[in-house]
Amino acid sequence: MKKTDDTFDLPQGTLDLLIMRVVALGPIHGYAMVQRIQQMSHETLQVQQGSLYPALHRLEYKKLLTSSWRQSETGRDAKYYELTAKGRAHLRTETENWKRLTDMVGLILKGTLEGIS
Amino acid sequence: MNWLQRLFPRRRMEIDLDKELRFHFESHVADKMLSGMSESEARRLARLEFGGIEQIKEDCRETWGTMWLESLVQDVRFGARLLVKNPGFTAVAVLTLALGICGNTAIFSVLNGVLLNPLPFPHPEQLVSVHESKPNFDQGAISYPNFLDWRWNNRSFSAMAVGRRWSFSMTGRGDAEQVSANFISSGYFAILGVRPLLGREFTQDEDQPGALPVAMIAEGLWRRKFDGAQGILGQTITLDGKSYSIIGVVPAALHLNIPGFREQDVYAPIPQWGNNILMERGAGLGFHGIARLRPGVTIAQARADMDRVTRNLSAVYPESDRGVGASLVPLKDQVVGNSRQFLLVLLAAVGFVLLIACVNVASLLMARSAARAREFAVRSALGASRRRVVRQLLSESLLLGMAGGALGLIPTIWGTQAALKSLPAAVPRAIEIGVDWRVLAFTLIISLAAGVLFGLAPAWKTSQPDANRALKEGGRGTSGAHSGVLRSFVVAEMAIALVLLTGAALMVRSLMKLWNVDPGFNPQNVLTFSISTPPTMAQASLDATRAIYRDMSARFASINEVEALSRTWGAVPMAEEDDQLFWIDGQPKPANNRDMGSVFDYIVDPDYLRVMQIPLLRGRFLTPQDDEHAPLVTVVDEVFARKYFPGQDPIGKRIHLVYNSGRTAEIVGIVAHVKQWGLDSDDNQSLRAGYYLPCTQASDDFLAGMRSGTGFVLRYKGLPQHILESLRTVNKQMSSEQVLFGEQTMDSIVSDTMATRRFAMILLGSFATLALLLACVGIYGVMAYLVSERTQELGIRMALGAKRSDVLLLVFTDGARLAAMGATIGTVGAIGLTRLMRQLLFNVSPTDPVVIAAVCMLLMMVALAACFVPARRAASVEPILALRTE
Repeated sequence: MKKTDDTFDLPQGTLDLLIMRVVALGPIHGYAMVQRIQQMSHETLQVQQGSLYPALHRLEYKKLLTSSWRQSETGRDAKYYELTAKGRAHLRTETENWKRLTDMVGLILKGTLEGIS
Repeated sequence: MNWLQRLFPRRRMEIDLDKELRFHFESHVADKMLSGMSESEARRLARLEFGGIEQIKEDCRETWGTMWLESLVQDVRFGARLLVKNPGFTAVAVLTLALGICGNTAIFSVLNGVLLNPLPFPHPEQLVSVHESKPNFDQGAISYPNFLDWRWNNRSFSAMAVGRRWSFSMTGRGDAEQVSANFISSGYFAILGVRPLLGREFTQDEDQPGALPVAMIAEGLWRRKFDGAQGILGQTITLDGKSYSIIGVVPAALHLNIPGFREQDVYAPIPQWGNNILMERGAGLGFHGIARLRPGVTIAQARADMDRVTRNLSAVYPESDRGVGASLVPLKDQVVGNSRQFLLVLLAAVGFVLLIACVNVASLLMARSAARAREFAVRSALGASRRRVVRQLLSESLLLGMAGGALGLIPTIWGTQAALKSLPAAVPRAIEIGVDWRVLAFTLIISLAAGVLFGLAPAWKTSQPDANRALKEGGRGTSGAHSGVLRSFVVAEMAIALVLLTGAALMVRSLMKLWNVDPGFNPQNVLTFSISTPPTMAQASLDATRAIYRDMSARFASINEVEALSRTWGAVPMAEEDDQLFWIDGQPKPANNRDMGSVFDYIVDPDYLRVMQIPLLRGRFLTPQDDEHAPLVTVVDEVFARKYFPGQDPIGKRIHLVYNSGRTAEIVGIVAHVKQWGLDSDDNQSLRAGYYLPCTQASDDFLAGMRSGTGFVLRYKGLPQHILESLRTVNKQMSSEQVLFGEQTMDSIVSDTMATRRFAMILLGSFATLALLLACVGIYGVMAYLVSERTQELGIRMALGAKRSDVLLLVFTDGARLAAMGATIGTVGAIGLTRLMRQLLFNVSPTDPVVIAAVCMLLMMVALAACFVPARRAASVEPILALRTE
């Protein structure tokens, strides 16, 4: 898969968080999630479609998500995911954790790289 | 979703997964086409971006949490394929396990049937068996008047009943025959919760003296003699010349065998017995009872209640009831008796056999896994986790365990009953033993446990993640890692085998000691039997009765093979008990029965001493001159003489016989003691003294009671079958209505007293043999394996100058060291464990040094013999060849 300089692959472990954040906005199917994430990241985040579905199934198995079959906008049956109560609580604490982590990493990486290498 | 999909959620998940991914893919394609691509181009690009669908599916499945099941199926399938590919290994392993599991299942099914299963009656926990406790007897017979008072006065039982075994001569329906019977009080069956198949039980009115004779008959007799006719009720049968009308049929399969009751042909109310001393409060007469506790009443409360009742009675009737109490035993304990320890010992023993079998299979697996080390190294190099490898190896051993269990179950299902039938006296409730869900569950559990047990160590060892070394060593395997474990297996096997051998040897020694106990008489070539006289004899005068018996004895005695013959009324050594009270002439009559002398009474003819070959110590025995016209004489045994006339000469002394019309008898001789209680426990009993009275001088009351029949003992030449044939012929000649029954050789009576111990010895012996055999095979296998592993080393040693004898010695020393370690550990274990079987032993200490030393020697010898072949193979190693295999 070719990659341009202005797109990212997701760092390990952040996919679950992104998925839950997107699902929190309302019932959504997998394909729409990919598009929504790309859209929200201004087309810079590239979700590996191959890792999306295992992640969805894992979250469902952990009872953070539930799913149901509904008709999509195109009229075909699609599997829609929703947050469970447990998923919502999980999202809240994980978002907190993420923010704290990035703040701290940001604190340490403050300043320019000049003179280091 | 149809029902099938609901049944198989896995299938539904697959379909959904496919649909979900397909939706994604199609949407992607559709979007691309919207932006102007051709369909084929869109599909190609989408497929590129999406990646392999099957790969994604597999990743999703990983998360479903059902993966373990699938990999289990995979492991099992793989394991099964491997086992099929190694039929030799598989057969040996499965057979070894089947042997061990079969023994365990069999013993457990016995234990289950005897100890665990409830008695086959409603609310069996409320049932108790009732006895009279009195001096000399903890569980003695209850006198009938006492029973009547107990039943009336107690507050703990909803009902109480007593019974007594009997045997009737049934006439008037074909040949006269002897039928087994129980005299029972009304309500006996109601207490058990057994409903008559037809008709009803006795009423209280029919239980009164003077009531019309009624009887219940067993289903077996009903079918055999009456063709199962529905109109049986109201018909009559003639028992001992009296006609009883049949009021009920008792269902078959009433498996109860307790004092005073067992499944019999006929049941009759007690007053029909017509015993003159039935209402004597001091006479036991063989009655034992059962009772049902009121709901909520504990046995302790019932005991306290019965204490109150019996205390009151002994205040009212001090002469007979001083020191008399009621003894209550939960019915199940009564039925099971003392078989609990015996069965637990056997289960432990057979458990040890299984343990050895497991160790054997473990060492087989170990040796094989050494050869497979490369396979596992490759696997782990390719990314298999250690857990995954262990799991695969464990699935293989679980498969082996299950196969062994299935194979081991087959002989149990058919074999246990057959084996028990050959040893009926050994365990109670034998007929109730079978294979039920508990036995099946037990088999399943031990099969799985065995699989884990013998699979774990090899799996753990094999999966050690030293792939590098394993791969580098080529096909040679990792000998060092395995030999340590294998050696400890040998030690464990030796230790376990030693414990079992010790147990078996202790039993053998106990039985040898028992066989060497002198019973006080010579049971060889002695036959006992009973005669039931024709009904016409019930009306005979006493003189006529004496004449008839004199004639009967003379006819039997005239048979060629008969050397000597005597009637026996009263006690028969080890077979029938009868005890009497007396006091010594010249001393004041004791105020109550408890203070009377108590003695076994043998009422016999003058030839009794010749039949039984009991030594006469002093004076004379009974003679034909001691007849009804002569003064009453008695002969006492040495225990009697020592106990009641210490330091005096009893000959010429006189004693008062309490239940013999108060007559006095003169002691005319002393004979040796006979072990009435059996070979093992006689010495520990308080009632041991005995006296002999002549049949010819029996009191009129007693003689009247003996008109219906008599027992005989005789000494014969030749084979017991021949003498029995002659006896039957002579009996038939006397009267077609006279029945000969209950024939038994004295030898078999004596050996029956040892049945449980013999059963234990046979089983422990075969388990120990099996254990020894398995341990031998194990040691041989391990030593052979170790030698083959060391071929190169041995070759180098010999190339450097070691002699063949040195190599031989090396292997033997190795084997001997392992065996000695096992023997040491085993001895410690045996000393700890054999204590649990103390109850089964006789005059042997559980830690008998002779036994332990002998067993250790035997084990060492067998172990060294097992090392012989591997040692020779080692000594015959050709140095050049050994080095070339490098």
